[in-house]
Parts: sequence; structure tokens; C-alpha cells
Amino acid sequence: MRTVWIILFVAFAGYTALVYTNGDAGRMEPATAQVRAGMDTWQQQNCASCHQLYGLGGYMGPDLTNEYQRAGEERMRAFMRYGSGRMPALELNDAEIDDLIAFLAWVDRTGSSQVSPENVHWSGTYFIKPTTP
Amino acid sequence: MTTATKWHIGFALLLLATALVVGSLAAFAFLLPDGIALIPFRQLRPIHVSAALFWIISGATAGLVHFKRVEFGETRGSMLYTGFLVLWIGTILAVFGFYAVNQYGGREYWEFPPLLAVPLLFAWLLLMADYFRAWLKRTPDPPLYVWMWSTGLLFFLITFIEQNLYQIPWFRDNYLREITVQWKSNGSMVGAWNQMIYGTALYLMVKLSGDEGIARGRKVFIFWFLGLSNLMFNWGHHIYNVPTAGWIRHVAYGISMAEWIFLINIIQGFRAKMTEQRIHRNIITYRFLLASEFWVFLNLILALLMSIPAINRYTHGTHITVAHAMGTTIGINTMILLASIGTMLGMDALPDKERRWIKIGRRITTVSLLVFWFALIAAGLLKGYRSVALGMTDFQAMMQPVNNVLYVFAYAGLGVLLGLGIVVWAYFNRLLQPSS
Ligand code: HEC
Ligand code: HEM
Repeated sequence: MRTVWIILFVAFAGYTALVYTNGDAGRMEPATAQVRAGMDTWQQQNCASCHQLYGLGGYMGPDLTNEYQRAGEERMRAFMRYGSGRMPALELNDAEIDDLIAFLAWVDRTGSSQVSPENVHWSGTYFIKPTTP
Repeated sequence: MTTATKWHIGFALLLLATALVVGSLAAFAFLLPDGIALIPFRQLRPIHVSAALFWIISGATAGLVHFKRVEFGETRGSMLYTGFLVLWIGTILAVFGFYAVNQYGGREYWEFPPLLAVPLLFAWLLLMADYFRAWLKRTPDPPLYVWMWSTGLLFFLITFIEQNLYQIPWFRDNYLREITVQWKSNGSMVGAWNQMIYGTALYLMVKLSGDEGIARGRKVFIFWFLGLSNLMFNWGHHIYNVPTAGWIRHVAYGISMAEWIFLINIIQGFRAKMTEQRIHRNIITYRFLLASEFWVFLNLILALLMSIPAINRYTHGTHITVAHAMGTTIGINTMILLASIGTMLGMDALPDKERRWIKIGRRITTVSLLVFWFALIAAGLLKGYRSVALGMTDFQAMMQPVNNVLYVFAYAGLGVLLGLGIVVWAYFNRLLQPSS
């Protein structure tokens, strides 16, 4: 028993190292100071209780992964500033809104939240071709 | 039972009660426009989810500590354990304090200011010290449940640390890495508490049947190793749609398909279950364990389907994920924990009149949870169909019929609140009796 346990554990440790270093397939755009600030605001305001990024998060509002491309900056700013019937106005200041936009634009550039039908393989898995940078 | 254990159980039950009440409020706050709900959804969701997760972890550790004391023949109280309890309960109360004043800062499921992870980590180390001190004196060839408890404790520590690695800029500055590591740790952490909880379930079955054999032998260990590989490598299904390296997807897909073996095994064991059921029909512990097995069966089918990327494409990001999350945490984890706490409290020694209430509570829960679960699945299917198949982009229009289905979910949730509420109430009564 002990031997199998140890083999599995070592495999886990190795896999973890591989995921940390190569899991992104070498595609990355480093965060700027503003992106980092936006990410902090995203967490402090708990936007994730209602919104998803890559389908992960709450369900009350829309997935915002590619909202920057789809809706555009002005529409996003309006929601963040005033809220809507469903989205609460969170009293964000101008700097916070700028940071959030920078963060969401950065997320948008990492890929698409919705996997397109061409990327679905007959075996059921995906082969996602990188779209952007 | 020691006084410390009583506090531990009492606190865990209080968390379950909180999750139930706040969950019900959240379900309606989700459907009503903001401003009408007494407490806004943004606040209710983290309170609900944290209460639920802390209930599971607290309930799991309560059983583990108590039964390991029995198993390892400990009689004296332990300062390490008391230290764990004080830090653990104190920090969790602080978590809710921060939510109450709208202070967040963490990420999904752990939405509190991240500094609070430090005392939680220390508390966990104390708990592990208490456990492994006794474990070192164990018999040389421990039964499977001891392996499961130890593995669960260790992997909770590993995944909890991993969950907080994002404080290091190297992880955070690369979004793909950030999201991958976040869901790697979240996914494996569920596996870690399942090790602790299933370990307790196995322990209880051994004690009920008086047959040590179910926790020994080749077959049970092979199944356990399969489960352990799932804990380690299966988390990738959370992020199938994220453009990470392809092998992360293929490994997760491959490993999850091995779980069909579990399903086949359950179906094969069905006949034996029927005999067993006749023998233990009247035992509270057994009835909760049986309920959990029923939910393992249903949730496994759902999980297997969701783990196929081509299907996940429609279910990801919909309420099907919520059905999976609550179906497993309520149907499986909570049922086992209620079996475990019921045993610790000696509920089966009570007169029939009092035990009847638990039976009623359990039945109400099962029926309401079925409606609750299917309503979430229906809502998810509808959203998947409208957003992915029809490609609707107007969010409010797309969600309109989904929300109608979610009313069924919200009302069924009141049934779950009532059913589990009765059980929690009965347990509390027993806990407060001087003789317990
Ligand atoms: C209580 C839930 C809730 C919280 C918290 C929340 N939102 Fe929203 N948000 C919504 C809902 C619901 C909508 C859709 C509103 C509509 O269509 O009327 C929305 C819409 C939006 C939109 C517009 C999407 C579009 O249609 O183009 C943006 C941008 C947005 N939210 C950003 C944020 C950010 C940033 C935060 C955190 C600071 C946040 N939201 C917090 C619920 C929430
Ligand atoms: C009265 C019964 C309950 C109701 C009405 C309820 C309602 C809810 C609601 C509305 C959400 C948020 C979903 C969303 O964002 O749209 C949620 C999430 C969740 N609940 Fe409950 N809940 C109940 C009981 C429980 C219990 C007892 C547990 C665990 C022991 C639990 C565990 C969870 C978990 C883990 C999530 C996160 C799901 C996810 O992110 O996918 N719930 N619940």
C-alpha cells in the first residue's frame, strides 16, 4: 500500500510542477500595475458572486470574459458606474473603473470563454487553437 | 465525548443551520430585483457558500478527531486540539464579521480578506499535529479508513496552501496560470475533504456490520487508489474551456472516464445492498449512509456526463454546475456527516418518539432535494440551450425562462430547509442534554 501511495504522490508532485511551469502553453501577457489593481478591485468588490470569467463564478449576471470585445468600453463603464435594474451600483470611483476595464481587457485577450464547434474533437475532447497573441 | 468535541459539533451544526437559512434567502434574492431583498445577493452568496464549506470541513474534522480517539484508544484531552478549535472557530467568526461589513478580497468560495487564511492554516497545522502524534503510535497495518483520514488531512493542507499561492506575483501575473492553479487547488481540495468524510463513512459501516474485512483487502484499496488519482489529476474539468495546454484537458478527461468503473461497481453491489438494508433498517446512522449512497449514484451519472468536454460545452457556467455542487455537498457529504454526528451523539439510544422526528426530517429532505436538484438541472439545460445552441446574446432575455424554472428550485429549497432543519434541531437538543 505504502509504495503505491508514494508513487502516486510523486506523480502528483511532478504533475503539479509541470502545470505550474507549462500549463499556459507558453502563452502569456504579463499583468501591468493597472491590471493588478483591477484584479484586486474585482476581488474586493466580489464581482465574482454574480459574474463569471471563463464560466467560473456566480450566475446572476453575464460572463464577462469577452465583454470588452463584445460590448465595448463605454457600455461596461455605464454598468459599473450606475448599475441597472439587476446590477447594483457599487459606488466605484473613476480610478477603480479604469482599473477594472484594464483587467477585463487583459482577460479578454487571453482567449474565448466559449469553445467554438470547430475545436470539439470527435473523441469528445477539445483541441483549442490559440486565437489571440 | 469531550467538552471540546461538543463545542466542535455544536459549531458545525450552527454553520449548517446558517447555510440553510442564508441559502434560502439567497435563492429568492437571486430572483427578485436588487433592493427588494433584505440582504443583497452579493453578500448572501459568500455567507452561504462559506457557511456550507466550513460546515463540511468542521463536520468532517469533528468525526475524524472523535473516531480516531476511539480507534487509537486515547482518553486524555489534547491541548493541540483545543488550540485548533479556538483558532478555527474564532477565525470563521471573523470571516462572517467581514462579510457583514461588505469586506471581501478573496476568490470564489473563499471570498474573505486573504490574511484570514493565515490563522486557518495554523489551526490546521495544530489539528494535524494532534492527529499524527497519535497516528505514529498506530498499528503497523492500518485499515483503509485510517489511510483515508491521514491522506485527507495532508491533502487539505497542500491544497489550502496552493489555493493561496496567488499572493505570489509569479502566479498572478499570468492569467492562464492564475485560473489554472486556482481551480487545480479547488478541485483537489474537494477530493481532500471527501477522503476524510468517506473515511468516516467506511469506519461507520465497519462498526455497524462488525466486519473489518470491508476496510481491508486488495479490491477496496484498488478502488481507493482510483479515487486518489481522481483527487490528484481530475480537476481539469473545471477549466476545459480555458485555453491552457491541451494535455491538462486530456488528462482530466481520461481520468474522469475511469470513474465509470465506480458506477458499474455500485450497480453490481445493488443486490447486496438490499439484504443489508433489511438488517439495518431502523438504525439512524445506516439510513443516512444509505441516503448518501443514493446521491452518490445520481451525482456520479451527472458528473460523468459533465466531464465529457463536448457535453461540458453546454453545461459549463450554468446551474448544472450548481446542481452538481449542492447535490454532492448536501446529498453526499451532509448525509454522511449527519450519520457520523448522529452516531457520536448516540441518537439511536433515544426513545422511538424522538427518533421519529429524524426519520420525518430525512424523508422531507430527500423528496425536496430531488425536486431542488432536477430544477437546477432543468435551469442549466435551458440556459445551455439558449446561450450556446441558440447563441442568444441579450442576457436578460436569455435568462427570463431560466429564472422561471429557478422559482421551483427556490421553493423546493424551503423543503430542504425544513427537513434538514428538523434534524439539526433534534441533534442540538440531544447535544444540550447533560447525559449526551
Ligand atoms: C449582485 C450581483 C452583481 C454584482 C455584485 C456585480 N454585477 Fe455586474 N451585472 C449584474 C447583472 C445582473 C448584470 C446584467 C444587468 C442587465 O442586463 O441589466 C450585470 C452587468 C454587468 C456589466 C454589463 C454587461 C453587458 O451587458 O455588457 C458589466 C460590465 C458588469 N456587470 C461589471 C461588473 C463589475 C466590474 C462588478 C464588480 C465591481 C460587478 N459587475 C458586480 C450583477 C452583478
Ligand atoms: C435551503 C437550502 C439551500 C438553498 C435554497 C441554497 C441556495 C443556493 C444558492 C441560491 C446558491 C448560489 C447559486 C448562484 O450563484 O446562483 C447556492 C450555492 C451553493 N450552495 Fe446552496 N442552498 C441551500 C443549501 C445548501 C447546503 C446545505 C449546502 C452544503 C452543505 C450548500 C452548498 C452550496 C455550494 C457549495 C454552493 C456553490 C455552488 C457553485 O458555485 O456552483 N447549499 N446555494
